[in-house]
Amino acid sequence: MFVVLRYSSSASLSQAHSINKVIYYQNNFCIDKKCLILDFLLCKFRKIPKSLGGISVSQTDTVDISAQSWTNNIWLKRFMTIAQFFFVLFLTFLGLLAITFFIGRVIPIDPVLAIVGDRATQELYDATREAMGLDQPLVIQFFTYVLDVFRGDLGNSASTGRLVIEDLKRVFPATLEMATIGIIIGVVLGVPMGVLSAANEGKWVDQIFRVLGLVGYSVPAFWLGLVGLALFYGHLGWVAGPGRIGIFYEGIVEPVTGLILVDSLLQGEWEIFYDAIHHLVLPAAILGFFSLAYIARMTRSFMLDQLSQEFVTTARVKGVPEYKVIWKHAFLPIRVPLITVIGLSYAGLLEGSVMIETVFSWPGIGNYLTVALLNADMNAVLGATLVIGAVFIFINKISDVLYRVLDPRSR
Amino acid sequence: MSNMTEWLLSDSPTSKGQAFAGRTWRMWLSLLGNPLAITGLIIVVVLVLMAAFAPLIAPYSPIGQDLENRLLPPSWQHWMGTDELGRDIFSRVVYGSRLTLMIVLLVAAISAPIGLVIGAISGYFGGWVDKVMMGITDIFLSMPKLIMALAFVAALGPGIENAIIAIAITAWPAYARIARAETLTFRNAEFIDAIKLQGASPARIIINHVLPLCTSSMIVRVTLDMAGIILTAAGLGFLGLGAQPPLPEWGAMISRGRAFILDQWWVATMPGFAIIVVSLGFCFLGDGLRDILDPKNEGKS
Repeated sequence: MFVVLRYSSSASLSQAHSINKVIYYQNNFCIDKKCLILDFLLCKFRKIPKSLGGISVSQTDTVDISAQSWTNNIWLKRFMTIAQFFFVLFLTFLGLLAITFFIGRVIPIDPVLAIVGDRATQELYDATREAMGLDQPLVIQFFTYVLDVFRGDLGNSASTGRLVIEDLKRVFPATLEMATIGIIIGVVLGVPMGVLSAANEGKWVDQIFRVLGLVGYSVPAFWLGLVGLALFYGHLGWVAGPGRIGIFYEGIVEPVTGLILVDSLLQGEWEIFYDAIHHLVLPAAILGFFSLAYIARMTRSFMLDQLSQEFVTTARVKGVPEYKVIWKHAFLPIRVPLITVIGLSYAGLLEGSVMIETVFSWPGIGNYLTVALLNADMNAVLGATLVIGAVFIFINKISDVLYRVLDPRSR
Repeated sequence: MSNMTEWLLSDSPTSKGQAFAGRTWRMWLSLLGNPLAITGLIIVVVLVLMAAFAPLIAPYSPIGQDLENRLLPPSWQHWMGTDELGRDIFSRVVYGSRLTLMIVLLVAAISAPIGLVIGAISGYFGGWVDKVMMGITDIFLSMPKLIMALAFVAALGPGIENAIIAIAITAWPAYARIARAETLTFRNAEFIDAIKLQGASPARIIINHVLPLCTSSMIVRVTLDMAGIILTAAGLGFLGLGAQPPLPEWGAMISRGRAFILDQWWVATMPGFAIIVVSLGFCFLGDGLRDILDPKNEGKS
């Protein structure tokens, strides 16, 4: 295994055939002849296509080849995949922490001054500096920071006066609720739109959906929110205004899950449930529009890919009805990549909700972040960044690994 | 004229210049055949002209206040109405194109070269250099962009320069990925071997022979990303973290109009239309360029 992995960085195994290349490799990559011969044999026995010669093979490809040949044990392979997944996840989280640490501690010229103000006495200044641990070397500071975060200590918020972690726990469900409804709207509308587009490629349905999708890439979310408010709340009065719930209903429902739709249903408060839906529908629909644009576009391109395959032609020739060709033969295989796309856009919605929440005064994490930004409340800003970033990364990586687990070709 | 086209479309160009001119001419021809791309190109050209000749186009001063004429609806005197200080919104939108263009160009000028160099070095050297650099790139790539930009601006302080820096910090990883992928496709090509045997240093190879080959896919990607950059910059402006008043930045203008959205809708909506048109323009142009420059699409359609 070692040999192959070592080789994998330098591509094109079958180039070893030509003696010129051997010398060449020796000079440039310092690979010894034994290795080359071994790889040459591997090439022969594992039936690696010779066409690989001359074209560089990306690393994963080569490792895959070696993994097939060396570890045929499927359980070991799965274990390796999972171990690798957690390792990458861990490294990425550490990277996120490094970035927030950098933003919080390194960029500000003097974090102490930001807290005590420039009129503080020297003693107070020194004491604060020591309390913040700023007299320690940066590495130690970072280590302490990471430990604090893992203990759930994100510091105190300067504007609300509470622990940042408590604040975040309070506001996060509101964002989750909006993003979830948003993604449901996006999937329910986006997937059929993409399929329809692909089935009628080049026709007016396709053109309209494509332009709609492109608009989704070029409209500022906050602007669409404002226009939506002016139109559906101001002029038509179809939906409720900004906020999560009418002021009369504030505080009646006991927060159990924090999701107001679920809580009000659990406690049988139908009026509150309707009111909450009235408030939720517009921001969620706008958020959903952005995921819809992406989902429809990806569905379309996946479907086009499938519809050009030979088995689709075969099915058509056999006389399978067109709706069956589309929904059964072409659509079923794209479910797996679609899951990844949906996961990615769900993560994107959590991010997109920052703007929408600001426009709709939605008491979620995005609004919390922007309020903290305007108050220069760094602890809250970094805490919110960390939580959004962590959730974003987690969903991204999960949907990535889910793709590999669900796709039968990768087994 | 026919001589000229013949020279341009010649199958066997006699000089480097002729080959280059011929290639450009062919690209131009295929661009002409793509209506969406042409629409995009026109929009971008109009944007550039608007920015260049803003004082000639704008009928009023972008910052001159006229409190007697505040919050006027769109009319022949004021095409897009006036805002809460009586400033003509159309003039402000015209001048705002300068800011938008500046943001987009600076972000591209900062982030694309960084990504290009990191990706080319990573792809060319391979091994642990590649692993470390791509590891860092991947970490940046998996961060939520907008949130990162927000956090960076929070630390750097609001302002248009800091907004540009923050957006550039979040934009480079995608370019590094592309440059690496491009480099990998010809790292083991014969011509690179030939240069190597002539004794060229890695720096020379990367700068003279690897980077030029990465630029075309980079241009496509940057054009496609322009819409995203504009939206992020406008978002920062909307939150009060980007351009500061009285600068006529489109996002900041929408934010000012927020208070009047129910009664004086034009204050917030007009700059939004400008953002949409310009972003769409870059999207169309980028899509078109991708179709032309991407060799995978050649022969299709």
